Amino acid sequence: MAAAGPLLDSFWQSLLTLVFFYAFMGLTWNLMMSAGLLSLGHGLFLGLGAYATAVFTATGGLSPWISILIGAAISAVAGSAIAWIGGRFSVRGVQFALLTIAFAELARVLFDNWDFVGSTGGFFLKAINPDTNRPLLTLRGGTLFFYLAFVLITAGAYFLIRALMASRWGYRWRGINEDEDAARALGVPALRSKVLVVAISAGLAGVGGGLFGFLQGSLFPDSIMGLRISIEVLIAPIIGGVGSLFGPIVGAFFVVPLMEGSNVLGQRMGFYGLNTMIYGAVILGVIAFLPDGIWPRIVRFVAARRS
Amino acid sequence: MMLQVRDLTKAFRGLVAVRDVSFDVAEREIVALIGPNGAGKTTCFNLIAGALRPTSGSVSLNGENLTGLAPEQIALRGLVRTFQIVRPMVGLTVLENVMMGAFARISNVNEAASVAKQAIMRIGLQDKADALAGDLTLPDRKMLELARAIATEPRLLLLDEVMAGLRSSESDRIVEIIQELRGGGMTVLLIEHVMRVVMSLADRVIVLHHGEKLAEGAPADIGSNPKVIESYLGKKATLA
Repeated sequence: MAAAGPLLDSFWQSLLTLVFFYAFMGLTWNLMMSAGLLSLGHGLFLGLGAYATAVFTATGGLSPWISILIGAAISAVAGSAIAWIGGRFSVRGVQFALLTIAFAELARVLFDNWDFVGSTGGFFLKAINPDTNRPLLTLRGGTLFFYLAFVLITAGAYFLIRALMASRWGYRWRGINEDEDAARALGVPALRSKVLVVAISAGLAGVGGGLFGFLQGSLFPDSIMGLRISIEVLIAPIIGGVGSLFGPIVGAFFVVPLMEGSNVLGQRMGFYGLNTMIYGAVILGVIAFLPDGIWPRIVRFVAARRS
Repeated sequence: MMLQVRDLTKAFRGLVAVRDVSFDVAEREIVALIGPNGAGKTTCFNLIAGALRPTSGSVSLNGENLTGLAPEQIALRGLVRTFQIVRPMVGLTVLENVMMGAFARISNVNEAASVAKQAIMRIGLQDKADALAGDLTLPDRKMLELARAIATEPRLLLLDEVMAGLRSSESDRIVEIIQELRGGGMTVLLIEHVMRVVMSLADRVIVLHHGEKLAEGAPADIGSNPKVIESYLGKKATLA
């Protein structure tokens, strides 16, 4: 698929860039779910990464590579803090999800009122000159650059998460998800395990945010750390299959073209709101008929055909 | 003394579930905690294993004070408990469940799997190693609970009614396993209602009643103790 990149025209490159952005974010969101931690505030980690990367590069004059690492670190620290508070005070389940919303909304309001990063007016990156730009130095470029960049980080995140899930930490996260008290009675350090999984998830989301900010060229708190994007990033993994490693990627390939396609259809027909109706109906249908998601169903189907 | 419990007290609002309970468990000893329902046995376990914080009193293991430590910190010091109402991780396989215990000592996944397999063999669940824990029958779930605790390689094992609901052949098997474990150097504190098991297995018996220690002694002495017969065993009790 990635090798076909240069052969695709820029429409498909842009669409697949979005597919891989949501696949990547879905992978990071799903990682937290492996420990039973429902994040409804992933926009916070995305947004912190995006703002830090953009501000340290544009205002601070740092290399975007350094800035993106700083962004990831800031997101990871924010994630660790939320996980620590949640773990220390036994905030579990839905209450933990509310905690993530609270922090994400708090940050959004702060950024809305923080003049240094442009407040509600937004933070804008200077346009680049495509003739002199060197994408590997600026981490910015045309549609092909961003397409390849998101394919690469998605592949990287996939293999990293696969390795983590096969390690002792992966077992611990699944144990906590199954029964936290039983896991602790067997010596699973619940607090440390949770802080670690959220830190990794948030740090990765920060990297995705940094690149996404460069892709957008402008950052607004409402769109990059608001509730809407926090919800958008969890639709692909839910549709693809929560808890399955490959699910978020499959889900993104389903959800993003559906979102874009229904947008185009709605505009062509001049029917405002048709896009969300189609989108909502299809998502509802998938959740009703494939509650485990698409990917686990495909795996079962293939396994049944083989045997 | 391996385990020292001193003046352990737990009050839930007004209700005192455990009051001033003190006892010791020596290394390689098998001690049974008995008493009628509601006597405070499981609360005692929860206090010792760190699932509950005592209102007052202390617990120490090999001279180290455990009071106030988190359950996982206590487990990592070699004091591991099973739950009376078994808590299998239903979405994981039997092997994965037992590996969760092995990870207390071992960080390498392959080594943890081999330690877990040994514990599964010992318990006799090897045919079901790849089954989901959620698909097991209740006796198998009890066996899994035991295997998981053994895989942590504890120095002191707390067993909360592992034999309740089992057929006598199954509980005989567990009695054998517990004796083997003791032979290997493990110390065991168990809550048990099956008096036949208590009498044959325990070196010493502690009787709780209304949250207080009523008696303590060798199984035979406990069986003939008038206070114990009155409050727990019943007047016509016959002991095997």
